Amino acid sequence: MPDLPLEPVLQIKDLQVHFPVRGGFGGLGRPGRVVRAVDGVTLDIYPGEVLALVGESGCGKTTIARTVMRLEQATGGQVVYRGQDLTRLRGRALRRLRQKIQLVFQDPYESLDPRQTVYDIVAEPLIIHGLASDEADRRQIVHAALAAAGLYPPEQIARRYPHHLSGGQRQRVAIAATLVLRPDFIVADEPVSMLDVSVRAEILKLMLELRMSHGLTYLFITHDLSLAWVIADRIAVVYLGRIVEIGPTDAVISAPRHPYTKALVSVVPVPEPGERSGQIILSGEAPSPMAIPSGCRFQSRCWLRRDLGNPSRCETDDPHLAGPGDHTAACHFV
Amino acid sequence: MSLLELRDLRVTYATGDGDVKAVDGLSLSLEPGEALGLAGESGCGKTTSGLAIPRLLPPSATVSGQIIFDGEDLLRLSEKEMEHRRWRKISVVFQGAMNALDPVQSVGSQILEPIRQHERETSLTDARARVLELLDLVGLARSRAGQYPHEYSGGMRQRAMIAMALACRPSLVIADEPVTALDVMVQAQVLDLLRTLRRELGLAMILISHDLSVIAETCDRVAIMYAGRLAEQGSAEDVYRAPAHPYTQALLRAFPNIHTSREFVAGIPGHPPDLIEPPVGCRFADRCPRAIERCHAEEPVLRSMTPGHTVACHLATPDALDHA
Amino acid sequence: MPRERWVRTWHDASRVAGLAWSDPLGRAGFLLLSVTILVAIVGPVVLPFDPAKVGSTAASIFEHPSAAHWLGTDELGRDVFRETISGSQISLLVGLLATAISMVVGTTVGLIGGYFRGAGSSVLMRFTDFFLVLPTLPLIIVLAALFGQSLTIIILVIGLTSWASTARIVRAQVLSLRERTFVERVRGLGASDLRIIGVHILPNVLPLVFANTVLVIAGSILSEATLAFLGLGDPVHVSWGTMLHFAFEAGAAGRGAWWYLLPPGIGIVVVVLGFTLIGHTLDRIVNPRLRSR
Repeated sequence: MPDLPLEPVLQIKDLQVHFPVRGGFGGLGRPGRVVRAVDGVTLDIYPGEVLALVGESGCGKTTIARTVMRLEQATGGQVVYRGQDLTRLRGRALRRLRQKIQLVFQDPYESLDPRQTVYDIVAEPLIIHGLASDEADRRQIVHAALAAAGLYPPEQIARRYPHHLSGGQRQRVAIAATLVLRPDFIVADEPVSMLDVSVRAEILKLMLELRMSHGLTYLFITHDLSLAWVIADRIAVVYLGRIVEIGPTDAVISAPRHPYTKALVSVVPVPEPGERSGQIILSGEAPSPMAIPSGCRFQSRCWLRRDLGNPSRCETDDPHLAGPGDHTAACHFV
Repeated sequence: MSLLELRDLRVTYATGDGDVKAVDGLSLSLEPGEALGLAGESGCGKTTSGLAIPRLLPPSATVSGQIIFDGEDLLRLSEKEMEHRRWRKISVVFQGAMNALDPVQSVGSQILEPIRQHERETSLTDARARVLELLDLVGLARSRAGQYPHEYSGGMRQRAMIAMALACRPSLVIADEPVTALDVMVQAQVLDLLRTLRRELGLAMILISHDLSVIAETCDRVAIMYAGRLAEQGSAEDVYRAPAHPYTQALLRAFPNIHTSREFVAGIPGHPPDLIEPPVGCRFADRCPRAIERCHAEEPVLRSMTPGHTVACHLATPDALDHA
Repeated sequence: MPRERWVRTWHDASRVAGLAWSDPLGRAGFLLLSVTILVAIVGPVVLPFDPAKVGSTAASIFEHPSAAHWLGTDELGRDVFRETISGSQISLLVGLLATAISMVVGTTVGLIGGYFRGAGSSVLMRFTDFFLVLPTLPLIIVLAALFGQSLTIIILVIGLTSWASTARIVRAQVLSLRERTFVERVRGLGASDLRIIGVHILPNVLPLVFANTVLVIAGSILSEATLAFLGLGDPVHVSWGTMLHFAFEAGAAGRGAWWYLLPPGIGIVVVVLGFTLIGHTLDRIVNPRLRSR
């Protein structure tokens, strides 16, 4: 794990991404309902680290990733990259930013244009940004990226079309396409969840190798806590648009502090036979991001609150991340 | 007597490119009330095997061998006789089942349907009463019987599918990847439900999944399939703690375990063989780190390591067990 | 590597053609069309009759088919067979040119209307709706009255009144393509809208457009025949529809001059049927494919 210098490469400050929901009849209906997909997230990401955003579907982790990529508009807060708030960037500055922050998608079968060859796909970022205008230069860069992504021999693979390749190979192509612009930050949204289990390890290993060789920092989105366990330096647990716990991977998994994290960790399946004891199975599902309760947003399912006799503080005060050192949790009672 | 016994089951699909031998000689047994996990990666034949039992494979599939359920060979029955057994004795929860609900029919009436279809002798009143009981059983509020699928969450829909599968009180449920698309907490809820149901109803279950962790949590016995054949089979304890087949060992290493030390997961290089022209010898030989010459020439036969634990590997002997 | 792209397009096209050929209806269409097009191109060159040569005597009008005139003569003694062949050229020409206008305009409008959101796009689609319901007949009558009857007018009118349905079809396809993950990925890379439309959306829409084009050709030829039959065609450049118009005007039906009426009629049916059969076959081939990738 790399040392953590003081200067984060990306700083998310009180980010909010709210989507208005219009009533019936094309917007003429009841106004005022809002989906608070991301509701106040503050996060620093340091150079060279792999930070995992973990949470269940609908918790907002993907929206955070997309907002960092400027595929969604932030409605409040800032995302500061090397001193610039990228939520406010436009035009040329935004384009320059897009070279430095890249996204790897979940679905390798859908994220590549079926009508483009691998070469086209990997060369496209260069064309878009007007780099390497010399054909020979470009070819060299594309082949180097394919090789770095573990696709051999690069010249042959470059001529193929996506549907000739397996899921794992396609994901490597997607990764190669991110490398040509020499980014320093990669957002990976569930990059292995659609791949066969035996293929996942290779892709994860590739990502870690590239971290070293290309000086990359990763924001790794996943719903699978055990994947985060394997690959991440730090884990941030997301619930209903907020981070409820964040800390070094070891600490968060082995000694979780927030009751939600404790429940999640207790139910993650492991390849060990027999029913496990001590599983905390939460009932029901998370409340809708349109109707977030006041006070602690986890109160409706919190086992700790029940155990403590329903203290009123959970209903009145919204907890913030607090705790010793770098392992913090948003709960009044831990 | 076993509840279910598969003897040398073979399933071949006729395709434009040739005959795909999806299942090539599978033999298994299942006791009443037992949960068997059928595990393997995509294309190994586990879903085909599972769906062969209630004879729900498409017409392009040719099935041979024997499927002995409750003393009779299901492959020898006529379609009509088979219909009597489906849902009443054997039912299926399909992959992606929660998306299989009819959006324009209430959930309650969809759970009612199998009862009305397969148990004509049951009166409407009794059938309706049973639907409510089933909702209780799977942890859904009775008031939700009249609601439509879009008013249910993913986890709730999966529970509704389970209720439907249990509607006619079968003795065997075949669940194909029942929790794959679900979030981890909902997955835990559904697996907990399945465990409880098995205990309360004495249900036998075949759980088909690529996820060895899910199978570990729910099944008594495990069968690992590779390229249409059985690689290893035994109690969950045997297979997980002392896996004898190199494929099982490799596959287990691909699943992270948050309770143990943080070692990186391992992959299995290469890919499964072509099932139209399967290779001679052991099908895993190409990718096996321990393959010897014999492996490429001769097909290994299932042999016993300990009672109940069988492995198809030339190198697996009782004293060479890899303790995980 | 553009060469790879052409190779692939060629492979795709030959695969689709092969599939169309193996479909019995598709094959029928191909055959009908090849005969017609062959005749239209080769006919006037090979065959010696001069279509404009009018008969010199009163007896040479409405002659029955004979060795000298294979399909007899019309009300002016002109050779019907030759007229039919040169008529085929006009009918096909109008059909193809009108379709060209229709497809170019329709595809462009569909691309823009489908890709961009907001007020401008809505306005464009309402504009499209206007053209969707515009009636051909009154329009051509008005234009003919203003500018005279000519091939240009007919081609323009047919083109103008048929592009809208193509636009709608293309727009629907673009709407769904726009949301595909690969488009998002490229957007995230900083690709401009123009690039996305040109490189990513258009190539994925083209198979559909192509299948639609063939059907539009069929429709255009039929429209031309209808308008010409009603007397609105170009009197100088005689198409099959115009032939029928003249035939009726001259009382061919009353005279029993079937050799004058049948050839253009059958010609129209054969050509339109040919394009329609191929068009439907292509549609069947192309549509499921769009979803499976």
